[in-house]
Order: sequence, then structure tokens, then C-alpha cells
Amino acid sequence: MLEAIVLTIKLATITTLALLLIGMPLAWWLARSKRWWKEIIASIVTLPLVLPPTVLGFYLLITLSPNYFIGKLFVDVFGYGLPFTFTGLVIGSVIYSLPFMVQPLRDSFESMGERPLEVAATLRASPLDTFISVVIPMARSGLLTGSVLTFAHTVGEFGVILMIGGNIPGETKVLSVAIYDYVESLQWEQAHWLSGGMLIFSFLVIVIMRLVERRFRYD
Amino acid sequence: MIEARFCGQLGHFKLDVHFQSLNKGIIALFGVSGCGKTTILRCMAGLQRLEGFFHIENDIWQDQKTFLPTYRRPLGYVFQEASLFPHLSVKENLQFGAKRSLQVSTVSFEEIIDLLGIEKLLERRPNKLSGGERQRVAIGRALLSSPRLLLMDEPLSALDRDNKNEIIPYLDRLHQNLKIPIFYVTHDVFEVERLADHLILLENGKIKEIGELNELAARLDLPLAKSQEAATVFEAQVIEYDEQYELTLVKIAGGKLWLPSKVPQKNMIKIRILAQDVSLAKYRGDASSILNILPATVESFAPLNNSKMNVVLRLENNGAQLLARITRKSWDHLELKIGTPLFAQVKSVALI
Repeated sequence: MLEAIVLTIKLATITTLALLLIGMPLAWWLARSKRWWKEIIASIVTLPLVLPPTVLGFYLLITLSPNYFIGKLFVDVFGYGLPFTFTGLVIGSVIYSLPFMVQPLRDSFESMGERPLEVAATLRASPLDTFISVVIPMARSGLLTGSVLTFAHTVGEFGVILMIGGNIPGETKVLSVAIYDYVESLQWEQAHWLSGGMLIFSFLVIVIMRLVERRFRYD
Repeated sequence: MIEARFCGQLGHFKLDVHFQSLNKGIIALFGVSGCGKTTILRCMAGLQRLEGFFHIENDIWQDQKTFLPTYRRPLGYVFQEASLFPHLSVKENLQFGAKRSLQVSTVSFEEIIDLLGIEKLLERRPNKLSGGERQRVAIGRALLSSPRLLLMDEPLSALDRDNKNEIIPYLDRLHQNLKIPIFYVTHDVFEVERLADHLILLENGKIKEIGELNELAARLDLPLAKSQEAATVFEAQVIEYDEQYELTLVKIAGGKLWLPSKVPQKNMIKIRILAQDVSLAKYRGDASSILNILPATVESFAPLNNSKMNVVLRLENNGAQLLARITRKSWDHLELKIGTPLFAQVKSVALI
């Protein structure tokens, strides 16, 4: 049971960090670009929100399998295949939670408008300096929301993981899969402990996020 | 010397301006909304790019080959809304530009704080300030980046009357204490008369006239003289103070005027006479409550509408010009024409 909890937290943490790195530039581009086709990209980013996780997992399984280009490339470079590994789970989670990071960030970036960037430029701040010392602090409520949602969403992930990760203890057997296993084998007590824990965890995450976000907002 | 030329199409609007300006004083860019004044300011700052060039003394900020990005131009910009960074305290806002300044600091933190009267606000958050305080901090922030010129885009227009009146004296102090030129965008005649030394009059994306405020204010074909608040501004010298009646006597080119209240002892002051506070008489009547009666002659005139007439007077001994606004009926009744000698009765004089 502990193994599953540690694995879940590890997966959620790595996914959140990876999505911060990918999500910030992507959301920034979506918020600032004037190209007409950016909404197509935005739609692709949002897709995991509506797609059944099994469908997403199915396509990921196929894409990552060594029979196809990406999966084959990975095997050639790293010497092992992605399906049924922890790395595979991270890739799946990143894609699955992409909209949860990008959308709040994009909203934050858009709501601050052009003006703070212009002000910073008239005060000698280069574009990169502006991003670090003005944009990120001003978007902190979006960063917080995106990170918390991504973390919580990854903790609760089930369908995608089952499809591409299977059920390997210590490697891919995360909390949600463990609960499923306990129920399947009629181990009700363990299932209760884990499910109750998840319930409390999820509730706390949402409450804390709301409280902190209120304090983070500027008039 | 500053020289700029910007030319380009923005949607349906065409901007085409070319001007030179001294590298000091307050230069007002004046015109109705949509005449292109803000666009010019944005082009000077490099926030917008149009064809043309922009030189400040020997430095080229823009020409055919060069376009310095905004963050590499040593300028200060004050936006219509104060736009302070909400995540920083007042003090951190003030230091934002100072820390990144490209040049050796030309101003001291204490000096600017003192000039703008913001020492009590330093530890506060921007959302805890009034509109006027916010704008003062924004001006201070711009100045602390040691700019070579200050660009102000209608800095008072988002403020109510009280906040406006609170800020104007500070702008006066900047004007007297700073050596850099200030380009000041406004559509408010009052602000122009109050603050500007030079004036660039804009109309439909073109420069209609450029010159000293005093000259242009009395030009009857230009919008300043046609506005509700048309006025003449004079430099005046304090002569004496009458303690019994609490009046100050000052001298302008071509006459002397009594001012209500005591004027602080300074060599030169600026006073302003509204055109509608000047009435005309052919003879000097003794029985009048009006203190200030100046001999003058009619220099030019233009009807403003069916009822009002704008008249430019020349004070005696080839003195300054004075703008008067009277009814057309009086004009006809007094049989005035160019060259008629008369007496200008000035009902009120404001110290600015």
C-alpha cells in the first residue's frame, strides 16, 4: 500500500514539474500570438479534457509501442520500450493533464494584458527579464491553480494508466489502480483506507487552493 | 535638439508628422481624441513602429537601419492609468527602473521622493493608494530610471478634479527642477495653459501648428482660442504687496496688475487671464469695481459664433497680447475695428 502511495506522489510531482516547464511557454504563446491557427493548437491541448481516458490511453499505447516511430526511436536511444514503464506513465500523465496546466496559465497571462509588459519595457526590462520579474509574479494565481489541478488530476488518474502502464508493483501500480485491485480481490478494508484517504486529500487540495488563491489575487 | 518623423497607416487613420523640438521644457502634444497624439508618443518610445526617424541630440533611436527596442531607450513613460506593478510595494515599484537604468543615475531617490511628496507611501501596496497618489508614484518610477526625456500620455485624464488639482503643483515642481524635456499628451486646454512651454497642435494625424504657447494661445484660427477656457498666460514680476488690502502688484509686458492674496516672494511668476474675464471699454471710467484696467489696441478679431467675438489686444508700449471674448453685439455697438485704442478691464487674474 505504501509503495503505491509513494509511487503516486512521485508521478504527480514529476508530471507537475514537467508541465510547468512545457505549459508556461505554451500558454504564453497561446495568450500572446496573433496567428489565426493558434485556436486549433488550443483545441488540441484541451482535447484530453473531453476524450475518454481509455481512448487517450489506447492511442498513447500505440504511439509509444516499439512498432511505431516514436516508441522505436525511444528504444533505439534508451534501450527499453515505453509501455508498462514509469517513464511511459509520466509521458501519458503530462499529455492527460496538459489542459489543467495550460488553461489557467493562459487565462492569467491574457487577463494581465499588454500594459504591464509595456511598462516594464519603458523601465529598461528586457523581454526575458520582464517575463521573470513581472509576468510570472503577476500570474502566480494561475501558476498555483495549474500546478494544484495538475497534481491532483494526476493522483486521480486511472484509465490512461491502466491502458499504458498496467499493474506492475513499484513501477506502474499507482493508488487508483491499487484500489481497483483491492476491490477486485474483495479486500474491502484496504480499499476503504485508500479511498477515504483520497477523498480527504482531494477535499483538502480544493479548500487550500481556494483559500490561497483568494489571498493571491490583486485588486 | 530633438527631431522626429513618423509616417504610416493605422487602419483608416494616417499619421504623418515631422517636428523638431528643444531638448528642454514641457512640450504639449495637443488635439482632440483620435488625432494621433498618443501614437506619436508610442512611436517615440518604440512601443509602436512606423516609418521615419527619431534623433535625440546625437543619438539615433530610429532611422532606416536602426530601431532601438523600448527597453534600450533611456526614457520615462507615464501612462494614462498609473499601471503600477500590483505585486510590488510602492518602494519596489520605484526601484524597478532605477535598478535597470542604463546610465549613471542622474537623480537621487530622496530627491524624487521629496519632489513628489511620496515618502509616506513607500511601504504601501499600489491597491492601497488613491488615484492621484498612484500617478505620482508612476511619475517617480519613470524619473528614477534616469531618463533623457519623459513622455506623459494624458497622465491626469483618468483622475477626478480633486486628484488633478493635487498633481498639477507637483508637475510644476518637476518642470522647474528637471533638466529633461517632457512631452505631454493632452486634449485639455486647461492643462496646456497651465503647464506647457511649447505646443504641437495636431489635427487628423498631421501637425497643424508648432510654436510657443503664448504665440499659439492668441492665434484666433487655432483651437486654443476657440475653446471654452481660452486664456492668455503671462510671465509676471512681483513689484509690491499691499498689506492693507492683501493685494500683490505685478508687472507684465505692457502693464501692471493687482493680484488677490499674497504671492510668495519669487522673481518670476506665471499668471493666467481667461478671455471671458476681459471686457472692453472705449473710455476709462473711474466708477468701476474692476481694479485692473489696461490700455490696449485691437490687433485682430474673429467671430466665434453668432453671439461671441474673440478679440486679440496688444497692450501699450508694444506689450504682450491679451485675448478677450465679448459679445458681437458689444463689438458692433462700440464700433471696434483693428487699431481702435481702448481699455481692457480684467475681472480676475489667476496665479498658476
